[in-house]
Amino acid sequence: MDGLGERAPARSSPSPLVGEGRGGGSGGDGTNMPRGTTPTPDPSPAEPRYSEGSATQQSDRSRQQPTSVGGGEKTRDHGGPAQPLLSVRSLIKHFGGRRSFGGRGIRGAVHAVDDVSFDVAEGQTLGIVGESGCGKSTLARLIMQIIPADTGEILFDGEAVGTHALDLVAYRREVQMVFQDSYASLNPRLTVEETVAFGPRVHGLSRRAAIARAHDLIFRVGLAPARFADRYPHELSGGQRQRVNIARALALQPRLVILDEAVSALDKSVEAQVLNLLIDLKSEFGLTYVFISHDLNVVRFMSDRVLVMYLGKVVEIGPSEVLLGAPRHPYTMALLASMPSMDPDRRITEPPLFGDPPSPIDPPSGCRFHTRCKFAAPVCAATEPVLAEIAPAHRAACLLATPGSGHPQAGPIA
Amino acid sequence: MLVYTLKRLLYVTPVVIGVSIICFLLVHIAPGDPLSAILPADATQELVEQMRAAYGFDRPLPVQYALWFWKVVHGDLGTSIATGRSVATEVMRAVGNTFILATVATVIGFTFGTFFGFVAGYFRDLWLDKLASLVSVLGVSVPHYWLGMVLVIIFSANLNWLPPTGAGPDGSVAWRPDLEHLRYIILPAITMSVIPMGVISRTVRALVADILGQEFVQALRAKGLREFGVFRHVVTNAAPTALAVMGLQLGYLLGGSILIETVFSWPGTGFLLNAAIFQRDLPLLQGTILVLALFFVALNLAVDVVQTALDPRIKRT
Amino acid sequence: MAAVIDLARDAPIVPPPYPPPQAGEGRVGARGYWAGVGRRLLRDPVALAAALVIIVIVFAAILAPWLGLADPYRGSMLRRLRPISDAVYRLGSDELGRDMLSRLVYGGRLSLLMGVLPVVFAFFAGSAIGVLAGFVGGRVNTATMRTVDVFYAFPSVLLAIALSGALGAGIFNAIVSLTIVFTPQIARIAESVTTQIRTRDYVEAARISGAGPLAIIRVHVLGNVLGPIFVYATSLISVSMILASGLSFLGLGSKPPEPEWGLMLNTLRTAIYVQPLVAALPGAMIFITSIAFNLLSDGLRSAMEVK
Repeated sequence: MDGLGERAPARSSPSPLVGEGRGGGSGGDGTNMPRGTTPTPDPSPAEPRYSEGSATQQSDRSRQQPTSVGGGEKTRDHGGPAQPLLSVRSLIKHFGGRRSFGGRGIRGAVHAVDDVSFDVAEGQTLGIVGESGCGKSTLARLIMQIIPADTGEILFDGEAVGTHALDLVAYRREVQMVFQDSYASLNPRLTVEETVAFGPRVHGLSRRAAIARAHDLIFRVGLAPARFADRYPHELSGGQRQRVNIARALALQPRLVILDEAVSALDKSVEAQVLNLLIDLKSEFGLTYVFISHDLNVVRFMSDRVLVMYLGKVVEIGPSEVLLGAPRHPYTMALLASMPSMDPDRRITEPPLFGDPPSPIDPPSGCRFHTRCKFAAPVCAATEPVLAEIAPAHRAACLLATPGSGHPQAGPIA
Repeated sequence: MLVYTLKRLLYVTPVVIGVSIICFLLVHIAPGDPLSAILPADATQELVEQMRAAYGFDRPLPVQYALWFWKVVHGDLGTSIATGRSVATEVMRAVGNTFILATVATVIGFTFGTFFGFVAGYFRDLWLDKLASLVSVLGVSVPHYWLGMVLVIIFSANLNWLPPTGAGPDGSVAWRPDLEHLRYIILPAITMSVIPMGVISRTVRALVADILGQEFVQALRAKGLREFGVFRHVVTNAAPTALAVMGLQLGYLLGGSILIETVFSWPGTGFLLNAAIFQRDLPLLQGTILVLALFFVALNLAVDVVQTALDPRIKRT
Repeated sequence: MAAVIDLARDAPIVPPPYPPPQAGEGRVGARGYWAGVGRRLLRDPVALAAALVIIVIVFAAILAPWLGLADPYRGSMLRRLRPISDAVYRLGSDELGRDMLSRLVYGGRLSLLMGVLPVVFAFFAGSAIGVLAGFVGGRVNTATMRTVDVFYAFPSVLLAIALSGALGAGIFNAIVSLTIVFTPQIARIAESVTTQIRTRDYVEAARISGAGPLAIIRVHVLGNVLGPIFVYATSLISVSMILASGLSFLGLGSKPPEPEWGLMLNTLRTAIYVQPLVAALPGAMIFITSIAFNLLSDGLRSAMEVK
């Protein structure tokens, strides 16, 4: 082992000053290289690991700052550290439906994503939770621009996606996605290295260099290239396939990675390994994550901030400890209460949420949750609550939580 | 159900128009002048022009198509160049014979086909399956016109049990379901039934094997249902698709009967087609093909609707 | 325009110390998909036998001039319709006194050509149409497939005969008309499979990587789509041979004096009362070849189904 064991950047580059701006060329000059940290299979025991069943006990590593932020990473940061990396503004996506002849617009459309806005700061992990049908997968695809939004815009590092300043091809190199189904997301006819090398090849890398980068990434996700590089997906286990998916996502050196239920299909023990890997990679590469899941334990572990969705709308967003410890929106409270506890003294006898989620086609009037909310008041069926700030950096869309909203149990305006 | 039928009708309409366009164009892709079949080689230019105008060959193509289409819709398929009779009457007469032959063949093929298919599906991968599957592969691979010849050799030339050609004694051109005519239909029908038998047998085998492998069958058996009861469930599940395939085979036989009818000189549409081709009787050719194709389309539509009626899970948008 | 990533320029690629491969590791022979298919096929006795039969017939047809056979065109009015195991003619002679064995072997050339070529052409044409329609989707897809549907509305025999009847007799015309008959069928399968593949996650992932449609089709779609299409095409070969010979049987395909199995069946028809066995020989050849192709195609399908 030689000097590569150090945690020093592989090459030196000027340290960025605040506000230095871009180095030239649109979309970044692509000169950064993953810092030469050698991933070691066993980091120091002082760093806590995620293990099944004890999520509530761990302090969350994910909130530590990226350990080595040297090198060329920041030269791609256009707006400086205060600029959120991803800004989503008023995204709306409806599917299907027929135009009603009365001119009232489209009826019978599925309101998959209805006016969603949020920011993700660089280096953070935003967790997105919600039940099936709440629109989180659609949201992921909208952010990735796999499907076009009806209205709304997405700003990446201050620039609107799809415009001259940041065209789609450049955006694609900044944002990548890891899918849920590890098997279906790999081409069964390509080997692991071919799959990972495809993206770089498309963007102009020579075959040799692309394969070399692929091998590097395969190693960094914890698979030995000598054994795994020329395997086919059917020769891998679920956890190994998901690692390959992660390697593929990182092959283009993105800054933001969207993980759409990336660990949901894995066995619990494998899930723990992959989550730890994700955390390691995040600090190594200085990534930002949008982590979508329906498993609150996992979200609690991974996220700095949490966003809760219901029927296409954001109902609550805030720092994860605050939101998951003391939620303000009744839906969030119900979700947390539905998690079965390992403690026999804390059994729940009646379900916190009753009824089926209403259909996203023609959702309920006013607050969409009012049909299942135990705090519902008549005003909730009439007025749609706005996502309002109820505490610093914590917002909820609930008449109960907003003072002066007309809800009998809400306080007066302070 | 009605709505679905109407939707399918609507869907089929452009296809029908496309079919008519192709039938119309067939005549015009033919090399040579369509008139050369009617007129002697030494006809005067004047006569040629006259005939051309009479048949409408001098108008631009879309106009010809529109005129032809208009006539067809009114039941006028033109006049046969060779015989001078109305194409429509000739075709309608022949269609009856072909229809009878095709139906009998389909019934025979369906009966044996489902039998072999069930045997193969139930005894999957055992020797019975291999045997039954072999029979179906044979059925699908045999050149049926050759099989006809072979059957004629055996049963006609050698054993003299059955007549080799024709639909009835003394070359009658219509088949009637009576004892005299029965002998004439046996060989053609059996020959024709071989391909449907093969196809249906394979389909049924796949269906039965698939159904038997499903969990609900295991559940039925676990509940103590006797094998015959399970069998009835298998039949009900397999029936819609099997019947659909049978319907489609009937359609293929109706349209593709020419080879068998040539071998057996059966006076059906195929035979008519054969004559039309060799006499370059283009109106007859056109009319026959159009009628057969339309029959096929109508049959497909009927199969589609019936299948949906029987199995509500299948609904094509 | 994304800048080209040039790793060599930016930093030396010094690979981290990978764990050294253990003894005995490494590739265990080709483990790709087609290698697996080939292996499974080799273990299938029926498919192997069928393949052998086809190989024999094909080679006999190709090497016909060098097999020491009699001239297939030379007849003898004295030795017409000799039976099988005749002193001179091992498989008998036909109605013009020509050697049956020779005509059968030479006949394989035309019959195989007229059977296989249309399927080959239809494979390329149909795949191109179907894959493009399936990949593009939307209205282009609908319009294309509805046009294909119009051809599908004819039973294949009828369409083949209609086209041949219109174009006239001849080998070339027969091949053209059969190609037109089979292209829609292959296009349909191609479109159906491509539409399924198009919605798979790995295709979406490829799009997210910023690849253009051609690259996606080339790398991700074709490899997964051509397999099923190919299997379907092989199952069409036997139908094509029967149809091609059928066209010749009707006088719409090859013309005398060419040796071709369907045509021979036609000219020998009247001989069934004199030499039935000889008259049945050409059809037997069609039968055998057709069974062989079907069994091979079935074997191929089973070999491909196992993942």
